[in-house]
Amino acid sequence: MTTGFKMLGVVLGLTIATGAAIGQDAADKALADATKARQAQMQLYAFNLGLLGGMAKGEIPYDATSASAAAGNLLNLAQLDQTHIWPEGSDEMGVDGSKALPAIWENLPDVMAKNDDLVTAATAMDSAAGTDLASLQGAMGALGGACGACHKAYRVPNS
Amino acid sequence: MRGFLSFTILSCLVLAGAGWWLTTPERVEPSAYAGLVGVPARGEVVFHAGGCASCHSAPDSSGAARLILSGGRAFVSDFGTFHAPNISQDPDHGIGAWDIIDLANAMIHGTSPQGQHYYPAFPYTSYSRATAQDIVDLHAYMVTLPADATPDQPHDLAFPFTLRRGLGLWKALYLDEDWTLTSELTDTEERGRYLTEALGHCAECHTPRGALGALDRSRWMAGAPNPSGRGTIPNITPAKLDWSESDIVAYFTSGFTPDYDTAGGSMAAVVEGLSQLTEDDRAALAAYLKRLPPID
Repeated sequence: MTTGFKMLGVVLGLTIATGAAIGQDAADKALADATKARQAQMQLYAFNLGLLGGMAKGEIPYDATSASAAAGNLLNLAQLDQTHIWPEGSDEMGVDGSKALPAIWENLPDVMAKNDDLVTAATAMDSAAGTDLASLQGAMGALGGACGACHKAYRVPNS
Repeated sequence: MRGFLSFTILSCLVLAGAGWWLTTPERVEPSAYAGLVGVPARGEVVFHAGGCASCHSAPDSSGAARLILSGGRAFVSDFGTFHAPNISQDPDHGIGAWDIIDLANAMIHGTSPQGQHYYPAFPYTSYSRATAQDIVDLHAYMVTLPADATPDQPHDLAFPFTLRRGLGLWKALYLDEDWTLTSELTDTEERGRYLTEALGHCAECHTPRGALGALDRSRWMAGAPNPSGRGTIPNITPAKLDWSESDIVAYFTSGFTPDYDTAGGSMAAVVEGLSQLTEDDRAALAAYLKRLPPID
């Protein structure tokens, strides 16, 4: 009987340990998935900025319709609901490939304010992009400043 | 025997005197500044090109707050931690009481109004090449900026670097007004050289340093470890920086790289200053970078 209890104990113990391990795996995967989703969002920013920036630099001929479309995409991206793609723990220590600094989760109101600044800059670009090339060029700086403000404060520096 | 003793004592005195003379902080010739009239609008360009706000604004400030030069940012180095002083217009805690000559002594010779050496964390090693007119204009602009009464934090340095007088020897060895890029340059490239090597002090981060903290000019702009943070400061000679001139200008304007990532770390603050320059000045910087000898 005692042996039976011991066995049960061992089995239970193993089950709990395995369960914890699976729970840990699932949690890790959730953090990794959220990080990938953020990086996908950043890629979409970069792609649309590439079109606008290419026109600003004169590498792509200015076209009001495509410029407006790209600017509209940026504004939509800036306004996506991001509640679930920034889970605590998805920082550079928690997830391979994450460049998010833990400071993000210590300064959430500031992070939100910086995103609001991005929405403001993207809104300005949204109305500038379709106007003419000079307006588009004039709106690039504020957009870059808004992106950079967050990267400066909350991203691991490039090596 | 007595003669020998006297000779030894005399030699020591002469050496000590020579050492004292060698380490005496230098000052500018005031006549070089006499009659120059400062224009604040031109001084604003000097201010942004010189990146004054990048170091002297309050930690983490951005936008208009960058014009409040209350100091306080920490700069870690091999010699200890330097704290940027208050250079706002407060007469007691800032530099509100400085005249043009005080500013010139600081920028050209790294000498304070009290006749002390500044540590070269303040890049007078680059500013020493600034023109007298630019310093006069900068002074005219800076007096329009706000005062702030934040007291300076002391530097946190290890002995013997706490002995400021010793900096006189360091300056005698390493402080000069020569250009590093001495090739035949166009007017635009020359302007770029002035902005880069004098005001912009780009090399202070992008060029590696030797044991005594002086720039290794044989590896001009070839990248360096980041002394005050993580990552490395990139090589920006044509050997590594393969961006087009318009890519570089766009980066200085908006902070966007050709991949539409943005400047991070200290460079983000530098871009904030460069974005205030004229398009011509940004193009001049880019033209200069393209003329650098490639170093792998």
